[in-house]
Amino acid sequence: MASGELFSDENKKVFTDPFSDNNPITIQVLGICSALAVTAKLQPSIVMGLAVIAVVCGSNIIVSLIRKLIPGQVRIIIEMIVVATLVILVDQLLKAFAYDMSLQLSVFVGLIITNCIVLGRLEAFAMGNKVWPSLLDGLGNGLGYAFIIALVGFARELLGSGSVMGVKVIPAEAYELGYSNNGMMVLAPGAFILLGLIIWVQRTLSPQEES
Amino acid sequence: MGDIGNHLNFIIEMIFVKNILLSFFLGMCTYLACSKQVSTAMDLGLAVIFVLTLATPLNWALGEFLLRDGALAWAGLPGVDLSFLNFIAFIAVIAAFVQIIEMFIEKFSAGLYNKLGVYLPLITVNCAILGASLFMWEREYTLVQSVEFGFASGLGWAIAIMALAAIRQKLRYSNIPVGLRGLGITMLVTGLISMAFMAFAGMNLAQ
Repeated sequence: MASGELFSDENKKVFTDPFSDNNPITIQVLGICSALAVTAKLQPSIVMGLAVIAVVCGSNIIVSLIRKLIPGQVRIIIEMIVVATLVILVDQLLKAFAYDMSLQLSVFVGLIITNCIVLGRLEAFAMGNKVWPSLLDGLGNGLGYAFIIALVGFARELLGSGSVMGVKVIPAEAYELGYSNNGMMVLAPGAFILLGLIIWVQRTLSPQEES
Repeated sequence: MGDIGNHLNFIIEMIFVKNILLSFFLGMCTYLACSKQVSTAMDLGLAVIFVLTLATPLNWALGEFLLRDGALAWAGLPGVDLSFLNFIAFIAVIAAFVQIIEMFIEKFSAGLYNKLGVYLPLITVNCAILGASLFMWEREYTLVQSVEFGFASGLGWAIAIMALAAIRQKLRYSNIPVGLRGLGITMLVTGLISMAFMAFAGMNLAQ
């Protein structure tokens, strides 16, 4: 890993790759569980994205700091404890400052613990890299994840309830002319199908080797 | 029917209408990664049913006697509320429990170990297991309900992954646009399966 320079080319690549070529959701197929469950509306999707960014960055930094002290056999358990502690922090913060939002997200904040992105980044990156690149890697992956779920949340809210961030955007005249909201988008199948389509677009734009 | 009807109703609802995978999106990672063959999917499904049926009541007991507000009254600490520790306690119980099962199976049944052994570590990080415990916690189930919920969720998950694996085996011979191959078409198929499962909504066996 290039050290010294904070924004060397390699570090930049670590940061930007997860946005398109190596997106955690659409390319690596990680963290889909929570990606779909909270995306019926845009606002909870954004909050969820922020929570995941905080946890990925935090755990990447901590694990990267103590990576030389962790014995190989028990590393998963130690990583889990670090992640679970950070998730409890995020959950308590949400309960303290955004109680309604924490009710809306319900168990899915807790499920960040088993979000494969977090553990995947720890295993694949933070265990073998210095603190600064690990932070960038966490930030990049967190943002890549947040971007996709915000996109899904935006589309589902727009098509399913005709609003964005709770504000009606489809004019009343459209409904009078016979437009109606697609109720399927709010339900589970809408999320699956929408994500399938996003993956299709993404993989057409940056083709992948399918094993 | 009465009482038994209610229990049956609850189980059917958890298997089909509130399927842990198809309506709550839990356990997606394993579901997508291990659904290329029906036989693999079946073994994994069995492992998930097994772990869920046992881990959910185990976490129920943990919540009831250690974590909930006032749960420590039996130890002379009625004012203590440890519920903020639920995430870390549940995941620790699941990880330890899965580890014990793995050692147990390895010792007593080599055949079963060869079948399930590979999947057990995967199950620790399967969101369906932790998710079921958290739902159990949030919906405040009783012991009986948590056993039923664990079993029904596991069965629902197993049915979903077997269905997908069967469809994916057939899909291998179809001509799919390049960008849609693999993950894309799998998500679309899952959406269709999920719609089919929703058709069970409103079923009531209690009468």
